[in-house]
Amino acid sequence: MKAVISVIGKDKVGIIARISKICAENNVNINDITQKVLHDTFTMIMWVEMEASEKDFTTIAKELEAAGEEMGLIIHVMHEDVFDSMHRI
Amino acid sequence: MLRRSEILETIKMIDEQHLDIRTITMGISLLDCVDRDVDAFCDRVYEKITRLAGNLVQTGDEIARTYGIPIINKRVSVTPIALVTPGYSVEDMVKVAKTLEKAAIACGINFIGGYSALVHKAATPSDINLIQSLPVALKETSRVCSSINVATTKAGINLDAIDLMGKIIRECAEATAEEDSIGCAKLVVFANVPEDNPFMAGAFHGVGEGDCVINVGVSGPGVVSSAIRKHPDANITEVADIVKKTAFKITRMGQMVANEACKRLNVPFGIVDLSLAPTPAVGDSVAHILEEMGLERCGTHGTTACLALLNDAVNKGGTMASSHVGGLSGAFIPVSEDAGMIEAAQLGTLTLDKLEAMTAVCSVGLDMIAIPGDTPASTISAIIADEISIGVINNKTTAVRVIPAIGKDVGDSVAFGGLLGEAPIMPIHRESSEKFISRGGRIPAPIHSLRN
Repeated sequence: MKAVISVIGKDKVGIIARISKICAENNVNINDITQKVLHDTFTMIMWVEMEASEKDFTTIAKELEAAGEEMGLIIHVMHEDVFDSMHRI
Repeated sequence: MLRRSEILETIKMIDEQHLDIRTITMGISLLDCVDRDVDAFCDRVYEKITRLAGNLVQTGDEIARTYGIPIINKRVSVTPIALVTPGYSVEDMVKVAKTLEKAAIACGINFIGGYSALVHKAATPSDINLIQSLPVALKETSRVCSSINVATTKAGINLDAIDLMGKIIRECAEATAEEDSIGCAKLVVFANVPEDNPFMAGAFHGVGEGDCVINVGVSGPGVVSSAIRKHPDANITEVADIVKKTAFKITRMGQMVANEACKRLNVPFGIVDLSLAPTPAVGDSVAHILEEMGLERCGTHGTTACLALLNDAVNKGGTMASSHVGGLSGAFIPVSEDAGMIEAAQLGTLTLDKLEAMTAVCSVGLDMIAIPGDTPASTISAIIADEISIGVINNKTTAVRVIPAIGKDVGDSVAFGGLLGEAPIMPIHRESSEKFISRGGRIPAPIHSLRN
């Protein structure tokens, strides 16, 4: 299943490292990343493939969101279809 | 490939603008449960509802989790009970209501709709007994919702039924006086009631429907008002376009959730209801959309025009985004459930008369309006008759859900909590309508009902 991980919050060292590490540990493959820092606000969007992971979507999403909370970031993990259905005909 | 701005837009809609799927409602036919014996009927009803809807809440929660979009309510609607309770007494009817309540609790749903009767031309003994049972049934249950259809454009207006409903609404209010007359919040009187409405309290599963169906109601007043806010200098044609595009996006999300729910529950898809349903939360108000269009306060001159544009643009944008549209499909204006409406009513800008005019151009009708506790039954009936006439003549759905707040008067308010919100008591006309209502009979169908 393809999912989108979005990360928004105050910039600091190690955000991408931490998120990527969780992905790697869970066998979640990163297909694409876009990232920007604007006025100290960090925004990253990651397109990932979760098919090969042994854990289910909810468990991985909870792990990522918990990491986000620790770092003071807002992390969403959502099925890609949500965005496709809203923005593509 | 999706653009980053598109992804952030969707996330913002959910996080900051209260975008959600308001309800996934499973419609269940009870036609195959009919039995002369009330206990046998109740057993079958309980078994069928819990069997089909047992997983509804869990499935809804799983979809919400995977797609990251909140699904606020998971609910059930059933065949109008008066159609499947042949010869039942008033006491039997209450038994049925309690069975629905028990099934709702077992499924973990907060409301079940369909404790209903269709009496637009005339009432059967079952219809009458169901209506007579309402004060007790709505007092002794908390999740059961009732709707009574008293008119259609084809049949005309059943004034006898309206007369009766005025009295029943008063009795329901008195029976639940200690809880701010909450019984009335679960009772709607309709004209041209839709058979596939997923929204409470008016939801039921029509007889033209299949055995089981999924209907989805979307929402998102906050998304619409913030979209308009970004274009303060747009002319009104551009505003209509903005609303259309936003409604399209919201509805696409609703359609996707509906498809997913149908797949997971193995139940056919019915319709998406394109309604803009407010909640009392700040930033989730239909009144605020109208104010965003340029009104100082909802209820002032221009309100009906703004609402007409909003309702039409939502329907145009939404229709394109869904394979089947139905239910009520339009902007809701429930006073107690909308922060902007509550405020406008408290200030006296929004009156009952203005609300009545507004219902001519949007869906539903006089919804969640608290009126003085000493309002005579005939005045409540006359309020219903006015509203129902708007529906019948304009070939649209209208409804009345008023709450005579027992022991309270203008200046007081009632508080139901949660999605039902709170409402200031609105003033009504004190001149009597008694003679008109007591005439009884049926107002003939309008000439434009003859289209064959």
